[in-house]
Amino acid sequence: MVFTTPPYLSQNVSVQRVMLQVLAALLPGIAVYVWLLGPAVLLQIGIATTAALFAEAFMLKLLSKPLGLFLGDGSAIVTAWLIALAFPPLAPWWLIVVGALFAIIVAKHLYGGLGQNPFNPAMIAFAVCIVSFPALMSQWPPVDLNTGFAEQLALVFGSSPRLDAMSGATPLDALKTALKLGEGSASVASVVADASTFGYFAGKGWEWVATAYLLGGLWLWQRKIISWHAPLGFITGIALLAGALWLWNPGQFANPLFHLFSGGAMLGAFFIVTDPVSGCTTPRGKLIFGFSAGALAYVIRVFGGYPDGVAFAVLLLNICVPLIDLYTQPPIFGMKSKQ
Amino acid sequence: MLQLFQFKGGVKPDTNKTSSVQAPIGRAPLPPLLVVPLHQSIGGIPNPLVEAGQRVGKGQLIGSADKWLSSAVHAPSSGTVLAVEERVAAHPSGLPTLSVVIETDGRDEWIERHPVDYQALAPERVREILRDSGVVGLGGAVFPSHVKLTATKSVAMEELVINGAECEPFMTCDDLLMRERAEDIVRGAGIFRDLLEPKRVLIGIEDNKPEAVAAMQAAVQKLGENFAVIAVPTRYPAGGAKQLIRVLTGKEVPASMRSPEMGVQCFNVATAYTAWRALAHGEPVLSRIVTLTGNVDEPRNWEALLGTPLKDFVTLGKPKTDTSGYLMGGPMMGFEMPSLEAPLVKATNCIIAASPTLFPPAPPEMPCIRCGACAEVCPHELQPFEMYWFSRAKNFGKTQEYNIFDCIECGCCSYVCPSHIPLVQYFRFAKSEIWSREREKAMADAAKARFELRNERDEREKTEKAARLAKAAAAKAAEKKATPEAGNETAASEAPVNADAAKKAAIAAAIERARQQRENVQPRNTDGLTIAQRKEIAEIEARRAPLQEQTALNAESAEAQSSQREKQ
Repeated sequence: MVFTTPPYLSQNVSVQRVMLQVLAALLPGIAVYVWLLGPAVLLQIGIATTAALFAEAFMLKLLSKPLGLFLGDGSAIVTAWLIALAFPPLAPWWLIVVGALFAIIVAKHLYGGLGQNPFNPAMIAFAVCIVSFPALMSQWPPVDLNTGFAEQLALVFGSSPRLDAMSGATPLDALKTALKLGEGSASVASVVADASTFGYFAGKGWEWVATAYLLGGLWLWQRKIISWHAPLGFITGIALLAGALWLWNPGQFANPLFHLFSGGAMLGAFFIVTDPVSGCTTPRGKLIFGFSAGALAYVIRVFGGYPDGVAFAVLLLNICVPLIDLYTQPPIFGMKSKQ
Repeated sequence: MLQLFQFKGGVKPDTNKTSSVQAPIGRAPLPPLLVVPLHQSIGGIPNPLVEAGQRVGKGQLIGSADKWLSSAVHAPSSGTVLAVEERVAAHPSGLPTLSVVIETDGRDEWIERHPVDYQALAPERVREILRDSGVVGLGGAVFPSHVKLTATKSVAMEELVINGAECEPFMTCDDLLMRERAEDIVRGAGIFRDLLEPKRVLIGIEDNKPEAVAAMQAAVQKLGENFAVIAVPTRYPAGGAKQLIRVLTGKEVPASMRSPEMGVQCFNVATAYTAWRALAHGEPVLSRIVTLTGNVDEPRNWEALLGTPLKDFVTLGKPKTDTSGYLMGGPMMGFEMPSLEAPLVKATNCIIAASPTLFPPAPPEMPCIRCGACAEVCPHELQPFEMYWFSRAKNFGKTQEYNIFDCIECGCCSYVCPSHIPLVQYFRFAKSEIWSREREKAMADAAKARFELRNERDEREKTEKAARLAKAAAAKAAEKKATPEAGNETAASEAPVNADAAKKAAIAAAIERARQQRENVQPRNTDGLTIAQRKEIAEIEARRAPLQEQTALNAESAEAQSSQREKQ
């Protein structure tokens, strides 16, 4: 007889299925992104995925872990997609390769591989590249840039000179720069009136990408892949700070809606702070983690030197996870009255 | 309608119950051989009362309760005892356990039964009868019921919960029992009510058993009781005692407390049934309803005699050819039977024929990704992934900080784990490591205490001896001085003799006390002996007695002589 252990039943779940659903939830955002910017987005996703899988296979081999089991779990692909979506879409190919390699080799495997990394690998990739290559990481093309696939291919692979037209800023950055240059004479209202950069409630075009991320995230929540705590905390963190400052001085501070649908806020809320490995695990911990990351992201993006603050905010909060978890342990069955 | 409460967590696996409830309870045929393990309940191992070659009648006591926390065992049918020996147990370890092997004679002849009117008896006597009838918790925990039937003096008993939830998938033995024998269950619950005197009696049944709910309601009405029969939401492990108590009363009994301390007690429906049969019909627990299901052609519930070997029982269901083994209990908390020779016991509520298609082997274990799915389904609201982490690291202190001993091993965490980690096994490992370390520590502490005590005693004896010598020297000196005064002599020499005797008696009493304490704490190797062994011991004792007397006499006369010499 075979000696097996109870329970003999198990739900039809696996790490792979979890990861595949996260990837599926990213698809609406990717679709809108591609529709706005062209196939370059898919190209970057392809580059990132290839680099990440290569790095994953290399490290697994090096550490003599079962290749098939771990290569197929989909976690490296999720990291790769998040990197591709966080990086500028027309960045040179090697930039995203550096990001992906660093994320998988250093941020993931040198810390022990799947499940062991204290920092979010995709955010590590973003932080490393924006610190090392700040100019390239800040070149965001305007969404109505009409370039063909051939031209995008040439840009990504560096055989064509980088045009100024393609090295614009994100709406978030544009607003910050304009307000700073205006030195008090420019108001948010006058800046966002520029219809070439700003749309209905946030950056032109980008607002729809963010909305698609929101929808994908809600689907993940509905599928119970993520809980509501971290996203709600994150959104509240941004909205609360943005709302307070906006109420205090609407001329100098954009409204909460603008902030929530700009930059990496929505991607961060549903796909970054919800990373189970590097995030908090207790319900209250998730709320605190999300809220603090959101608030910090807002502070960095508005008062700091970087165009967006999600990556740094999340990494700083990753450090605090063990402490937050320790102090937010929920009371157990039968011990509630005593707490 | 009573307000119901919720317990957190839980899972909803496919129940797989319909196939085995189609046919009524069948009576399993008498097997040629019955292997009745003596240890079928929590607590002390019953002492065997029969020996090889002896004839036994159906219902005859073959193992008597060893102490208060223990329960009697009876011959399930008439026949001849072939042996009282170690046989493979219905336990995952497959270790042998002392069992009475009975060759049945096919006549199934009862011994004389003694039905009693329990209401006319003192509660203490009722509990004794229940103990001697082998009534134990038949939900699977087999805790002796009479022990649970004493209310705490400090806390008033508020609710008596009768557990008919039966939350494990596949299992339907309680369902069928409630459908077919509801009245006896209600009468049994009445006994428990009379002994515990609770304010309310609540019968909880999962709402996927509407027939059982209806049958129980009808029985309650017919017997004119005021018990509440309540359908509770179907969610594993709603049938766990603490979960059902929570759902019905809102009380959460922590691991550190027993439920009577919170004014509530819980019994399984089958336990109530057997309690009634034991008192009103004088029938001890000889059989139980066992669900035979899974990979069989004819799933059904059988009333099977305890001690029926698994191989005889499973043929009743016609197992399919790809059957790879048999589980005892449900698929969530059960275990694989170690052998087809292992017998059905009081804890056997369900036998599931397993096959690779029915219970596919778990996919390879992956690292924990801290998704927290386990924490969400844990009915005791623990953090299984943290406990796993520390169990794996053998950081057992930390596992206790995360309340590993509150874990009821229900398996919900393993059920939902996307990384297919056998979490329950990690927790069992950690628990047994902690237990064995605590045992070792207790033993080391005891050894240390013994060592210190001995040092102290040596020290004391040394000083006492010195004092005695000094005294004797002084006395001798005084004697030399006062030889002429012979009248004082006897008084002076008698006093120290008396003091010595008192001391000796005190030491003997202390040794006796220590011996008794030791015996109370440690199981003696004279527990659970067979009749043959006990006979042998008695013979040896008999041979030794005259010799001992002789030695005692010798010793006495020697002592007398020496004391005489002393006096001279």
